[in-house]
Amino acid sequence: MKELSYPFDGKYLRRNRRKLRNALLSGTNQRIRKKIAVLGGSTADDVDLMLELFLLDAGIEPEFYVSEYNKFYEDAMFGNPELDSFKPDIIYIHTTCRNLTMVPESLSESPETVQNKLTEQFEVFKQMWIKLMQKFSCPIIQNNFEIPLCRPSGSYDGWGDAGKSAFINRLNVMMSDYARHNNGFYINDINYLSAAVGLKKWHNSEEWYLYKYAVSLEACPDLAFSVANIVKSVFGKNKKVIALDLDNTLWGGVIGDDGQEGIELGEETAVGESFRDFQRYLREYRSFGVLLTVCSKNDEENAVLGLNHPESQLKPVDFTLIKANWNSKDRNIEESADELNLLPESFVFVDDNPAECAIVSAQLPEVQTVNFQNVSEAMYKLSRSGFFEVTSLSADDLKRTEMYAANARRAAQRKSFESYSDYLLSLEMEAVIEDFRPVCLQRITQLTNKSNQFNLTTKRYTQQEMEEVSASSEHIRLYGRLADKFGDNGIVSVVIGCKKGRELHIELWLMSCRVLKRDMELAMLDELVRCCREAGIDRIIGYYYKTPKNSMVAELFGTLGFALTEKKENGDSVWCLETAGYINQNKVIEVNKEREKNYGNEQK
Amino acid sequence: MAMNRNDIIKRLTEVFRDVFDDSSIVITDKTTSADIEDWDSIEHINLIGAVEDEFGLRFKMKEVSGMKNVGEMIDIISERGKR
Repeated sequence: MKELSYPFDGKYLRRNRRKLRNALLSGTNQRIRKKIAVLGGSTADDVDLMLELFLLDAGIEPEFYVSEYNKFYEDAMFGNPELDSFKPDIIYIHTTCRNLTMVPESLSESPETVQNKLTEQFEVFKQMWIKLMQKFSCPIIQNNFEIPLCRPSGSYDGWGDAGKSAFINRLNVMMSDYARHNNGFYINDINYLSAAVGLKKWHNSEEWYLYKYAVSLEACPDLAFSVANIVKSVFGKNKKVIALDLDNTLWGGVIGDDGQEGIELGEETAVGESFRDFQRYLREYRSFGVLLTVCSKNDEENAVLGLNHPESQLKPVDFTLIKANWNSKDRNIEESADELNLLPESFVFVDDNPAECAIVSAQLPEVQTVNFQNVSEAMYKLSRSGFFEVTSLSADDLKRTEMYAANARRAAQRKSFESYSDYLLSLEMEAVIEDFRPVCLQRITQLTNKSNQFNLTTKRYTQQEMEEVSASSEHIRLYGRLADKFGDNGIVSVVIGCKKGRELHIELWLMSCRVLKRDMELAMLDELVRCCREAGIDRIIGYYYKTPKNSMVAELFGTLGFALTEKKENGDSVWCLETAGYINQNKVIEVNKEREKNYGNEQK
Repeated sequence: MAMNRNDIIKRLTEVFRDVFDDSSIVITDKTTSADIEDWDSIEHINLIGAVEDEFGLRFKMKEVSGMKNVGEMIDIISERGKR
């Protein structure tokens, strides 16, 4: 919904909240339901009402538990039957500097006293997180702390031993350290947010006295949006691709008219410098796994000429795809999505031309568009939009753009082979397929929460739930990693089955679409059957749960040799495979080569 | 110069209708929170905020806790509200 995309009008959202909520709830888009416990150090009702709007807009239907005013600590430490039975999927601790009890009160306090207070203050929060984590095993979002508006000693407050801002800044560093070392714990950076909004607007002491709102009504939508972005990211709703226009988006001027010497890019002019910085900024997104594509009305030759400008920070090779032609941009985005095996909803489209943005929005409403007057505005909108909020960073994220580049080389090779199986053999594929390992859990969870298309059950797991499955003796788990001569695709497939007597019920089976049609699913099944036989299991039961996005695997079990046992009216189906007569199907991937080698060595 | 009460009521009615998402709401000087089903403490805060936004004023703390009905709200708006 346009009203809820950044930059939104907070006043409008507050005034029309009920109307927007009803419109969102009556919409037909598919929603996942999540239980969110908001533990507030102030009245938090305004926050959850606004949070609800942003989450509904992202396809997440929240159910809330909201603690009584300032009962966050009691709820966490001593429990409360209502919260305990609520069983949250995620906890948000909405505390602010109003909830700090150990802040120095006088500049005369000694450095030792202040240090002790700091340790003690941090411990109060840390014990609470530990307790919540033990009890609920779910992700926790914790506000860090914002600086108070008034500073009796001026700037000294920020650096003096007993300065309040200095104390808060040190506390924030300790919280960040904690977040880095604890999976499933995320900081909502209100120290940044309050600065971006403006401390003068963020703090409204009258609203504190009257309503016990620690964040002003005016800043509340910004706060809720920031929390929503983290929740969205945790539940796999991030965007994956930035599709970029070229002329007057990545450089000043029109490459087709002005030529490589004529476009503005680089230090010579102020405008040229701004475009250079924008390109550098986009490189940062690329560095953590966001794919960049070109979507421009240009001849491809000219597009490449512009990107090869000596001052260009983004070269043709930095783009996963270049669509420079005279087709409509919505069509180009759809084609790009097809070629990358992604959905258009994974795309953010950036164009200086409002008409192009409007056309794309109209044709593909699921694509978010960013329009701008100058590139600084584009940078800020991309930053605040939360499209690419990072909540976990796996090794695969950092290598993703290389992996897609390797895919392009594979595609080129495919053309030189007579038969598809010859091509597959030529890739010299090697897979590791084995039980979950602790080092892989983060990536396994991440992949599980964002795979939509090749995903038979679309079951989602939090990090903690995945850890539980990982330690369970009731389950058979496999992850698959696939490499070939062009590169390592990383972890691309996950299967989880639950043992019931002599049957295995498949709770999860998914595969990354970047390894479609490589027979990896055959290799996974071979290994699954082997594990089942070892565990004395005779029969594997497969489930297909239909979603708007997973039709590509509707018949997967059938093609793998499962027999259909039940087909439901809603499109779901149940399948069955006897392990006794099963013959391995994968003929093109070498599986667990390293492991066998090591095993062989041990035997000698 | 003080604002016209009828103009204020017109604009205020729109604010009420938006906040409570009910286009049938009619307000008078005597309207209180008891007359509107969804007018609880949370919506009261939202309402105050929306009225402040609409008329470009800030109610004083005393006024927020002291207003007894819509009529008193209109009194304050007519004194300090912006057109």
